[in-house]
Amino acid sequence: MDFSFTEEQSMLRDTVASYLADNYGFDQRRAALGREPFWRPDVWSAFADELGILGAAFPEALGGLGGGYTENMVVMEELGKSLVVEPYLSTVVIGGGFLKHGAPAGAEEMIGQIIAGKAIFAFAYAEPQGRYNVRDLKTTARKDGAGYVLNGHKAVVVGAPYATHLVVTARTGGGQRDAGGISVFIVPKSAKGVTTRDYPTVDGFRASEVYFENVVLGAEARIGGEGEALPLVEKVMDEAIAATCAEACGVLRRLQEGTVEYTKQRKQFGVPISSFQVLQHRMVDMFIQLEQSISMTYMATIRLSDSDAERAKAASAAKVQIGKACKFVGQNAVQLHGGMGVTDEMAIGHYFKRATMIEGLFGSTDHHLARYETLSLGAAA
Amino acid sequence: MRFPELARNANLGSEARRIDKGRIVLSLNLKLPSACGSAALFKRRSFTYVERRNGAYVRARRRSFFMNLDFSPEDNAFRQEVRTFIAENYPKALREKQERDEPLSKEDHLSWHRILAKKGWAVPSWPVELGGTGWTPTQKYIWSEEQARADTIGILPFGVSMLAPVLYNFGTEEQKQRFLPGIREGLVWWCQGYSEPGSGSDLASLKTRAERVTGDDGKEYYIVNGQKTWTTLGQHADWGFFLVRTDPNAKPQAGISFLLIDMKSPGISVRRITTLEGGHEVNDVFLDNVKVPVENRVFHENQGWTCAKALLAHERSGIAGVARSKRGLERLRQMASTELSDAGGALIQDPFFRRKVAELEIDLTALEFTELRTLAGESSGKGPGPESSILKIKGTEIQQRLQELALEAAGHYGAPFLGEAGHNSGIGPRHSLGLAGDYFNGRKTSIYGGSNEIQRNIISKMVLGL
Repeated sequence: MDFSFTEEQSMLRDTVASYLADNYGFDQRRAALGREPFWRPDVWSAFADELGILGAAFPEALGGLGGGYTENMVVMEELGKSLVVEPYLSTVVIGGGFLKHGAPAGAEEMIGQIIAGKAIFAFAYAEPQGRYNVRDLKTTARKDGAGYVLNGHKAVVVGAPYATHLVVTARTGGGQRDAGGISVFIVPKSAKGVTTRDYPTVDGFRASEVYFENVVLGAEARIGGEGEALPLVEKVMDEAIAATCAEACGVLRRLQEGTVEYTKQRKQFGVPISSFQVLQHRMVDMFIQLEQSISMTYMATIRLSDSDAERAKAASAAKVQIGKACKFVGQNAVQLHGGMGVTDEMAIGHYFKRATMIEGLFGSTDHHLARYETLSLGAAA
Repeated sequence: MRFPELARNANLGSEARRIDKGRIVLSLNLKLPSACGSAALFKRRSFTYVERRNGAYVRARRRSFFMNLDFSPEDNAFRQEVRTFIAENYPKALREKQERDEPLSKEDHLSWHRILAKKGWAVPSWPVELGGTGWTPTQKYIWSEEQARADTIGILPFGVSMLAPVLYNFGTEEQKQRFLPGIREGLVWWCQGYSEPGSGSDLASLKTRAERVTGDDGKEYYIVNGQKTWTTLGQHADWGFFLVRTDPNAKPQAGISFLLIDMKSPGISVRRITTLEGGHEVNDVFLDNVKVPVENRVFHENQGWTCAKALLAHERSGIAGVARSKRGLERLRQMASTELSDAGGALIQDPFFRRKVAELEIDLTALEFTELRTLAGESSGKGPGPESSILKIKGTEIQQRLQELALEAAGHYGAPFLGEAGHNSGIGPRHSLGLAGDYFNGRKTSIYGGSNEIQRNIISKMVLGL
């Protein structure tokens, strides 16, 4: 057993942290998110060129730095601390994950584009009717000669407004909720027949409703076997969940530390409110939630390399802990800030909004509890 | 197995210290003076992390990535050795008594201890020169897992893990030689004299008085008067360690001394306290002009609070009980597979019940990984820190939830109260025996060892700085 980190991983963390401290302050972030293009292409370029972090989790043979899950964890926690909206998760973790595991023709070149900051991915899996069930797909990819014709509507595709490419799940066979018949495609956002309706999300990110109307795809657009992509989707989503848990740890840490700090400054009845035991115990419970979340993030990240069943169980267990922690720590951080907690001017509320969105990302607490139950205790009667 | 210590204000995995087979390996301190500007650069082209120090670039040594949960072949061999030893040496009579849920005698408790002592495994955590095993954190982890797996009784903590660390950290050479062997070999039974009727969470307010006098023989003695309570298994004790007030005029913490008292001394009487489930576990201890030689005091006069605090931290660190709770969860799942739900299927398939089991299992996993992170801090020589309070809180909550769910799973057969004789009565399924007792008795866990509210005070003050 081993939880230790290499020098490179520690340096990676320091690199990201110091860059964000200099360039991604709360006011800088707010100003950028309030005007076109609603994200920071300059930050993305810096990630690619100045810091080189977009290659941290890719093999050296492909131009990366030879890292993997732990590198993603390290980067994501730092991004969480600064509420970074730029699409590391959907590009490196998810897009990169599909390219690494699915290894379609041209994957190496595409990974090179990711590392260079040129290719940006968004993950179009959810549909308006499907809730958190990734199998529930009405989007279809009809076989047409050697290629496919894609039709459908994808819901709340986070990061799509900034993306150059979409990873799309679609049915090439089977019924709407079947495990079989699911395929995955990489679709250039500029392809004919792709339209988007872009909008902001409550946490400052951007998302799109994405519509496919007779989008013509070549056979090379498909990742993984035709109609057999569900295990691949689940694997990459578990990797995304572990990365999201790491991001959440960054968010939770800021919520917890920010609250401790605030209660030491804020005076009522002539004393700092941090002297009140009822608040102290609340903050201890927040701290315990944070520590348990860190432990579960380690656990899930380590188990990403295990068997499918163990990996899935670990990811869902971690997501349950993180979901509960996001709610508890987030809500109490606002509560302990009093009226200031519900104003837009303090950072704490913005961390709370991100924490709340993370609760539902890739499946709610209930969704993952149900998934964990099935994996650990067997299917319900 | 290498663990980073529990992060306090650090980042995920930023802990620089690693533990390698009990040795501490310090890696480079990567924090740079802020004058350097950007702390580290990351050159993609050369695929090498380059660190900038005082304007000069320093190439960092590459190390392979090794975050994993695998046990080494040596660890697996150790597990096999431990498993075989327990299987071949655990007393059969004791096993049968446990299975019948009968109360254990003093000899029962000590029998397993003495077998382990003969093997050299009774006190794994002690310093090696005093009889400790020198096991790595991984081996200790395996040891606790295997004991839980085999449902062995626990080694009583009073001597081995509470008093002994006080003795080898604060005692005189003479005291160590006099008392540690008896603890290690399981020859002397110790009990704890801390709480008093008026001093529970506010332990430092204790009133048991020790006055120093010169005896007729010209030697120095303390004359001790007062009452201690909640003394666990004090009815069997040969000796006790007591907190007494030696200076009534000093501030509460500054007037306390730590005394070792022979329980056969004239003036000591022990009175049973019967707990909710009918058991005899705890006692009142009355001290009426008990004469204690001054050489039985550990550490300086009026500085016993230092010993008391050290002992409490050690008491907390083993308290998470992860391995035992994992075993308990396994039993709960077995039980819920045979018990039926209202709908007729197995209880474990009942949507409400299984959800509670799943949540408990997830919380136990979180506790396990938090404990693994804490272990590293302890084996690096820091001793258990205030973070061990997290383990106490979460560990006891989980134990209590397990007991609660087991009683719930028993349904109607949680009710029969058959006392000591009833376990062969044939009333209800065997797995329901004693569950109500466990549940009622188990409410103590969030109260003892510093109540869970006191643990929150400790984290608040020591970790969060509130």
